[in-house]
Amino acid sequence: MSTELLTDGIDLVAVLLLGLGIKGLSKVRSARGANQLAAVAMGLAVLGLLIEIRPGPMAWLWIAVGTAAGGLAGVITALRVPMTAMPEVVALFNGCGGLASLLVAVGVALFDAEGAGMVALVSIAISVFVGAITFTGSIVAMAKLQGWLSTPAWTQSSLRHVVNISLAVAALIGAVLLPGDPAGLPLWLLVISSSLLGVGVTLPIGGADMPVVISLLNSYSGVAAAAAGFVVGSQLLIVAGAMVGAAGLILTQVMCTAMNRSLLSVLFGGALGASALSGGGGAGGEAGYSRITSCSAEECAMALEQAERVVFVPGYGLAVAQAQHALRELAKLLENHGVEVSYAIHPVAGRMPGHMNVLLAEADVPYEQLLEMDTINPEFPRTDVVIVLGANDVVNPDAKSDPSSPLYGMPVLEVDQARQVFVVKRSLGAGYSGISNALFERPQTAMVFGDAKAVLNGLLSELRSMGVGKVKVGV
Amino acid sequence: MSSLSQALWVLLLGSLLGLELIGKVPPTLHTPLMSGANAISGITVLASLTLIQKAGDNQALLLIGALSLGFALFNVVGGFLITDRMLAMFRRKGDN
Repeated sequence: MSTELLTDGIDLVAVLLLGLGIKGLSKVRSARGANQLAAVAMGLAVLGLLIEIRPGPMAWLWIAVGTAAGGLAGVITALRVPMTAMPEVVALFNGCGGLASLLVAVGVALFDAEGAGMVALVSIAISVFVGAITFTGSIVAMAKLQGWLSTPAWTQSSLRHVVNISLAVAALIGAVLLPGDPAGLPLWLLVISSSLLGVGVTLPIGGADMPVVISLLNSYSGVAAAAAGFVVGSQLLIVAGAMVGAAGLILTQVMCTAMNRSLLSVLFGGALGASALSGGGGAGGEAGYSRITSCSAEECAMALEQAERVVFVPGYGLAVAQAQHALRELAKLLENHGVEVSYAIHPVAGRMPGHMNVLLAEADVPYEQLLEMDTINPEFPRTDVVIVLGANDVVNPDAKSDPSSPLYGMPVLEVDQARQVFVVKRSLGAGYSGISNALFERPQTAMVFGDAKAVLNGLLSELRSMGVGKVKVGV
Repeated sequence: MSSLSQALWVLLLGSLLGLELIGKVPPTLHTPLMSGANAISGITVLASLTLIQKAGDNQALLLIGALSLGFALFNVVGGFLITDRMLAMFRRKGDN
C-alpha cells in the first residue's frame, strides 16, 4: 500500500515538473533550466514505474540492452550532429518516438490481446495508426531536409489526394476489423496503410514548410504516446502525451503565423511555388529579371572597406553553405577596422524559426549583435552596406508594396532602405515562394553570385589584401 | 468502466493543460521548444518498460519491448541533450 502511495506521489511530481518544463521552455531566460527540469521529471517517471512494476531478472536484462543501445545512440547523435542539421535530427528523434509507440501497440496486439477489452483494442488501433504516420512522416521529412528525397511530380497533382484517401480508407478498414482478430491480417493492413499514408502526406510538402510539418508530427507523437498510455494503462503516459500533443499543436500554429502560412495550405496545398511556376522548372527556374547588376567580390570588398555601418542578413543559403564561421570572421575583421556591424534576424531566417540564432551563437557571434526585425528595420536608412547572404523572400520589398504578390502582408526586413545592398546568392533562382524579388532590380542592389562561404572567404582575402584589419591585428 | 472514464478525464485535462502552457513563444525559441517537447513525447518509454515486464518468458515480445525501449530512449536522451546544447549557446556574457 505504501509503495502505491510512493509511486503515485512520484508520478504526480513528474507531471508537475513536466508541465513546468514545457512552460519554462517558452521563455528565453528559463528555457535551459526548464529543459533540465523536464529531463529530471522523465527520470522520476521511469523510476516510479520501475518501483511499481518490479521487473524480474529476465526483464532487467532486456531493459539493460534497450537502454544501453538507445541511450548511447542518443548521446552520440546529440553531441556529434552539426547545428546546421538540427531540423533533420529533431525529425529523426521524433520518428523514433513514433516507432516506439507503434512497436508497443503491435507487441500487445500480437501477444497480449487475449481478453483485452474494447478500450484496449481501440487504443491499439489508434496507437498503431498515429505511431506509424509519425514514424514514416518524420523519416520522409528528414530525408527531404537532407536532400535525399526530392518532391516527385505526381505528388503535386490531385492524384495524391486519391492515393492518400485510399490509404486512409484501408487503414480505417484495418482498424475496424482489428478487434475481431488482433494478431491477424487487419493489424498488418493497418500498419502498412498507415505507414504509407505517413509517406503520402509528407512527400508533397516543400522544404520550406518542413519545420511546420515536423512540429505537427511532434504533436502526433504525443498523441501516439497518450494512446500507448491507454494500451498499457498508464495515466502518467496519458497525461504527458496529451500535454505534448496539445502544446505541439499550439507551437505548430505559432510557427505557421510566424511564417505567414496557414496550416491547411501547408498540409494540403502541396509545395509552395511549384504551382506558381508550373512548367517553369520548379523552384530552380529563373524568374524573368531584366535589370540585374552583378559585381565581383572585389567591388563588394571596396564598399565594405569604406562603410561605417554594415548589416548582414543571414538566410537559408548561409545555413546550407555552413558559412556562419566565415561570416563571423569577416565581421570581426570589419569591427577591427572600425565598422559598426550587426546582424538582422528575420523570425523565420534559417531552416526553422529560431534556427539562425542557434547557428550564429555557435559561431560565437555576440548575442547583442543579433537584432530582431522590429529593432533593425528603423536602422536600415542609416546603414551604408547591407549584405544579404542566401536570404530571399524575407527581404522582398513586394511583401510591403505589391498587394498582388503572394508574399503580401508578410513582415520583411526593409533592406531596400539602405544605401547599398549586396545580395550573395548562387543563382537568380526563386526563393521558397517561387516568385521574383523586386529587391534584385533596385538601383542600389548588386548581385554577388556564388556560394555564401566561397564569397565570404573571397571578401576576407580581398579585404586583407587591401590591408584592412592588419594595423590592429594585435588587439 | 470507472477506470476508462478516469483515463478519459486525465486525457481531457492533460490536453487542456497543454493548450494553456504555451502562449506567446519568441521565434528564437521555436526550434528548442519543438526539440524539448519532442524529447518529452519519448515518455512512451513507460509503455515500453511495462511491455517488457508483461512479456514474461515470451522472447519475441521481450525483443519488441527492448526495441521500442531503445527507440524511445534514443528520442528522450538525444532530444534533451540536443535541446540543452542549443540553449547553452543562447547564454552569453552578461547573463552568466
